[in-house]
Amino acid sequence: MIRFENVGMRYGAGPEVLRDISFQLDVSSFHFVTGSSGAGKSSVLKLIYMSERPSRGVVWLFDKQVSSLPRRALPPLRRHIGVIFQDFRLINHLSTFDNVALPLRLAGESEVKVTETVTDLLTWVGLADRFEARPPTLSGGQQQRVAIARAVIARPSLILADEPTGNVDDAMAMRLLRLLEEMNRLGTTVIVATHNHHLATRMGQPRLHLDGGRIALIRPEAPVDRVMPRS
Amino acid sequence: MSRGFDIPFARDGSVRFLPWIVALMVYLAGLALAGALLLDAALDDWSRGVSGVMTVELPPAATEQAGDIAVAPVVALLQATPGVASVKLLPRAAVAKLVEPWLGTGQAIAALALPQLIDVRIDPAHRPDFAALRAKLATAAPGAVLDDARLRFDRLFDLGMSIEVMTVVILVLIGIAAVLTTVFATRAGLAVHQNVIEILHILGARDSYIARQFARHALGLGLRGGVTGLVLAAATLALLGHAAAAAAILGPGLRLVPAITLLPWQWSVLVLVPIAAAAITYFTALATVHGALARMP
Repeated sequence: MIRFENVGMRYGAGPEVLRDISFQLDVSSFHFVTGSSGAGKSSVLKLIYMSERPSRGVVWLFDKQVSSLPRRALPPLRRHIGVIFQDFRLINHLSTFDNVALPLRLAGESEVKVTETVTDLLTWVGLADRFEARPPTLSGGQQQRVAIARAVIARPSLILADEPTGNVDDAMAMRLLRLLEEMNRLGTTVIVATHNHHLATRMGQPRLHLDGGRIALIRPEAPVDRVMPRS
Repeated sequence: MSRGFDIPFARDGSVRFLPWIVALMVYLAGLALAGALLLDAALDDWSRGVSGVMTVELPPAATEQAGDIAVAPVVALLQATPGVASVKLLPRAAVAKLVEPWLGTGQAIAALALPQLIDVRIDPAHRPDFAALRAKLATAAPGAVLDDARLRFDRLFDLGMSIEVMTVVILVLIGIAAVLTTVFATRAGLAVHQNVIEILHILGARDSYIARQFARHALGLGLRGGVTGLVLAAATLALLGHAAAAAAILGPGLRLVPAITLLPWQWSVLVLVPIAAAAITYFTALATVHGALARMP
């Protein structure tokens, strides 16, 4: 599903934040991306959801070489990806309903389908009485539920979560990770970037560990070894 | 569950001035266009009025001994000229009336040697050969002057056309200013809403979707400004028309302000100005956003 081949990335004329990154993730897999603050976790996710392009190397996604695709070809691919951000990144002037409905509307779904699907999902996440509320009036936990609902509403085949547990307490963090695990069991590929090694270890899932711009795969209960090492 | 804009334009201070600038542009463009339409109509009227008329002037004799130029051969020559519809010698009283504003009605007029004027109506569709006629007149009645009003009008017409061309140039400049203003306002909006645009992209929005949001918003602002500008221009024209009517009541010598009466079709042309302004803002915003987003990674 995702393959990085010798990917390097820099912002503008700055130093490379990622160097010779190579890995491959299969469909329906669950991986954490760990590393200290500034290690490049968010950059890896940005390359996957095509917000940035690699300075060098090749990124494959859904069997397409997305690093060289023209801009107009990216939106249909992005609609297969749900992204959860640490700061939620909800659109503050839109209602809870409209925030969650956005991915469906951008995909061209009918308003009847949008209303039905969003109503069901918001009810399921316990926000049935907050349809018209604007994000700034919601609590942190409620905002996170809206962000998750927005990420999963279009039934994406890949979910990316960037520090999703950073702004919530441990109990809420575990509930979120269990939800992502449940979605993974239903066939969705999940990648969670976090600086919290312990959380990742507790979940018992493989980790892509970033250090010094390079990446290594750490399997549960296994020593560190390089992924797809290059000479 | 309302469907407004996904981008929070309502909180955007960068385009708040746009309707007022569009209003000012539409106001100026409306007045310039109204002036051009009135001038065009006036030139058309004058053109129709003078294209069928010319005058032959037989100046009075320089000395009493010389004697006046004989009128009959000149009238005969004119009547025989192809393209001449009618020939009429103006009576002395009518000629005296023409100089009355300068010389008054006293005894001086009675004693004054006035030229004889022959009013010639011509067929506008088959105008005579003025050069040939002038040559024949020079032979038949030396000293006679052929005054084709068309020649004088042509200079006036040229002046009128120059003013109309300048009006078109002004309209084009106003249009360019509207385009540039919209480009700057849209670019400012893109910078202000960069974060929301990025979220929309991540959620799968196409550039065209985002560009249409900006364009629809610009269209609303352009229409609002355009209607305001048109209303102000209409009020100004009505005020000028009222002033012209008031001056006309006071007397013909006080008509400092020309009569301003636009016909329905001329008003409908003016209504096109705010529509054009709104169209300019819509398509300029659309193109600006497409251009800016195309440069993104």
